[in-house]
Amino acid sequence: MASTSYKVIGTRPIRHDGTDKVTGRAQYGADIQLSGMLFGDILRSPHAHARIKSIDTSQAENYPGVRAVVTCADLPEPEQKVADLGEGDVNLYHLCQNVLARQKVLYKGHAVAAVAADDIHIAQEAIQQINVEYEVLPPVLDVLEAMEATAPVLNDDVRTDSMAGEESADPTNVAKHFFYEKGDVEKGFEAAHVVIEREYRTATVHQGYIEPHNATALWNQDGQITIWTSTQGSFMVRQQMADLLQMSESKIKVVPMEIGGGFGGKISVYLQPVAALLSKKSGRPVKLVMDRAAIFEATGPTPGSYIRVKMGADREGKITAAEAYLAYEAGAFPGSPVSCGCMCIFACYDVPHGRINGYDVCVNKPRTNAYRAPGSTNAAFAAESVVDEICERLEMDPVEFRLKNAAQEGTRRVDGVQFARIGMRETVEAIRDSEHWKAPLEGKHRGRGIGSGFWFNVGLKSSVTAILAADGTVSLLEGSTDIGGTRTSLSMQLAETLGIAAEDIKPAVVDTDSVGYNDVTGGSRVTFSTGIAVHNAGLEMRRQLIERAANIWEVDASEVQYENGEVRGPEGKVFTFRELAAKVHATGEPITVKGTSGSENQAGAFGTHCVDVEVDPETGKVEVLRYTIAQDCGTAIHPAYVEGQMQGGAVQGIGWALNEEYVYDEQGAMLNATFLDYRIPTCYDLPMMDTIIVEVPDPQHPYGVRGVGEVPIVPPPAALVAAIYQAVGVRMRELPASPPRLLHQILQAEAVE
Amino acid sequence: MPLVYIPPLLKSLTNGQEIVEVSGTNVREVIQAVEAIYPGFAARICDGDGLRSGLAVTVGTKLATNGLREVVDADSEVHFLPAISGG
Repeated sequence: MASTSYKVIGTRPIRHDGTDKVTGRAQYGADIQLSGMLFGDILRSPHAHARIKSIDTSQAENYPGVRAVVTCADLPEPEQKVADLGEGDVNLYHLCQNVLARQKVLYKGHAVAAVAADDIHIAQEAIQQINVEYEVLPPVLDVLEAMEATAPVLNDDVRTDSMAGEESADPTNVAKHFFYEKGDVEKGFEAAHVVIEREYRTATVHQGYIEPHNATALWNQDGQITIWTSTQGSFMVRQQMADLLQMSESKIKVVPMEIGGGFGGKISVYLQPVAALLSKKSGRPVKLVMDRAAIFEATGPTPGSYIRVKMGADREGKITAAEAYLAYEAGAFPGSPVSCGCMCIFACYDVPHGRINGYDVCVNKPRTNAYRAPGSTNAAFAAESVVDEICERLEMDPVEFRLKNAAQEGTRRVDGVQFARIGMRETVEAIRDSEHWKAPLEGKHRGRGIGSGFWFNVGLKSSVTAILAADGTVSLLEGSTDIGGTRTSLSMQLAETLGIAAEDIKPAVVDTDSVGYNDVTGGSRVTFSTGIAVHNAGLEMRRQLIERAANIWEVDASEVQYENGEVRGPEGKVFTFRELAAKVHATGEPITVKGTSGSENQAGAFGTHCVDVEVDPETGKVEVLRYTIAQDCGTAIHPAYVEGQMQGGAVQGIGWALNEEYVYDEQGAMLNATFLDYRIPTCYDLPMMDTIIVEVPDPQHPYGVRGVGEVPIVPPPAALVAAIYQAVGVRMRELPASPPRLLHQILQAEAVE
Repeated sequence: MPLVYIPPLLKSLTNGQEIVEVSGTNVREVIQAVEAIYPGFAARICDGDGLRSGLAVTVGTKLATNGLREVVDADSEVHFLPAISGG
């Protein structure tokens, strides 16, 4: 747990936004009501792959109550340009086509046109009056089929790009090739006592945030646009809007509303540019809200994947070599996280010889987007499952194997980079020493498995403003959307720096005109990077308070110290924070300070999970009996929120492992685009998720913070399939291990016996 | 002198060399130094006055935040990798 030298860090204050959240007063995007506001709806493609021959909007435009209709023709001609969104790039040509389809539709649900009307019912009726003539094309839905030379090609402008240049002359679905190599792989396999090579598949999975995408836009007569929206990055929305509409960022203000979950899926724009265009045409504010089917069919899930892993180990259980081939579905446009999958797949271990090939492949599914530790969960499922088989062949305890091979400070990954201070080993030791691991597991059809995972975490840029009030409280203006309780984790860091109570900080997430630039809330970065900005602001406020006290006492500032929330001068002079705050306005300029960050990067986070399951061999249903998560969290600022992130991430990983998948028919229509049929785990499905916070402080943060939000989703699938194998003796190499799939494997194994 | 780790797909430009030792005080200078020995290298790494889109550079264990201007010490390792995103 946190060092006892901290007064605020490591405690569990009530969250600053708690009352508004539990009383329903918090304002989400759908709550916005503006005078004269219109309601919009979007016409979506019924086909997974088709050429648009014509779009006739005349009937819809004349429909009573309709105020505006837009299509791709209302967007400026897109540029072949890549925009840097801070955390990842986006090809604007493709983004524009994703917002409103141009020549082709590339997945069922692809937005084609939109209507704004006096109410939502009129809008829903009016979009049915838009006539689109399609030339239906064959879809390709499987990642390996899409790589074949005979596959239907989605995008005419896509060639296989790699660091070496274009690898294909003709249009292809294989958008990118990544390659990493370390040492002599063949020599490494020759030195192995046991070599396991297996193939794995994972399904397309959605982030499953509860709050739908929404956007309300007002394109004012003076050319200023205001967008109220649910987003992980208000500054990213502003930039994407500016690029797509080809206008200056200063013309756009983004007001981030409360966000009901994002997990990586609320970074890209979908509705925001469309709402703006409808507002421009109608001269009225326009609100757009997606329904659940649209969210599933038209926003970015995480990619389905094919992964082949080969790993060798010597008699003592030391890894001698590892090789992987990863092919990830990008969806309609390039951009899957396969490069991250490549860099994560063996990151938990010291692999002396390694080779990794990764491919980003377009298929007729919605364009994929980030999802907690993007790319790493697929990869860990494959690599960790092979590790489990190696342990079985060597008759070695999987904990012992992980400790023997764990990556640590100085370990060189297959991509070449050496790790800084990390806590992989410590998470395995935490599981080894846990009550869970030590407890016997008895009973028929029960099994225990463990799995480990890695995620980089990022730094990026943040800005905050802190304003001292006369009553001794401090307003903290930030631009990082609060998804996981960061108002409080940031306030606690400012309170710690100033030596005051967390409750004396008043945090507010403000719009893009009201605070300096902030990168996205993603990459497990806010408590780390915005925390550094907050710390810097706190140090500057301390400096100004020292100067002010020195001025009041008529002494030199060098004679004044800031200590534990008090300012101390010579001859026993002292001001408490409140006393000095009360004098500020009467003794000089107001104290308003800023803090920024951007030059620091995180060292990465690891987690190791242990799970007990019971499998019903008659139905293939898996019951999770017990689950323990050990994770290196650096310093846990607010342990309850850290535990919540660990539990929430693990539960999403369990859903990925056991139930969640997009089910398509042969024409590329999703068959389960509702939460009734797309099964995410609920509290009824799971036991209490036990957590062990491992604290290996990151030296790059003043309080040792590591991001915690992403890595907990990585280990669950591998841990679960290892437990299932122990329980019923079948190895699940395709996710999800849902009842029909698992039952099929059980019956097949029984037939062989 | 700084060590530049050559991305495997670019080893064809460096006659199979995996690590190239060159002089330079920032990322731009080490790229130029490799380019002087192995022409064609810089074009695969840079686009104008910046790194190619989607590319990141690591100096030592740290992801560089200052692009081509990132300071490189005499004992630094320099790696070129895809940019990392997150959820």
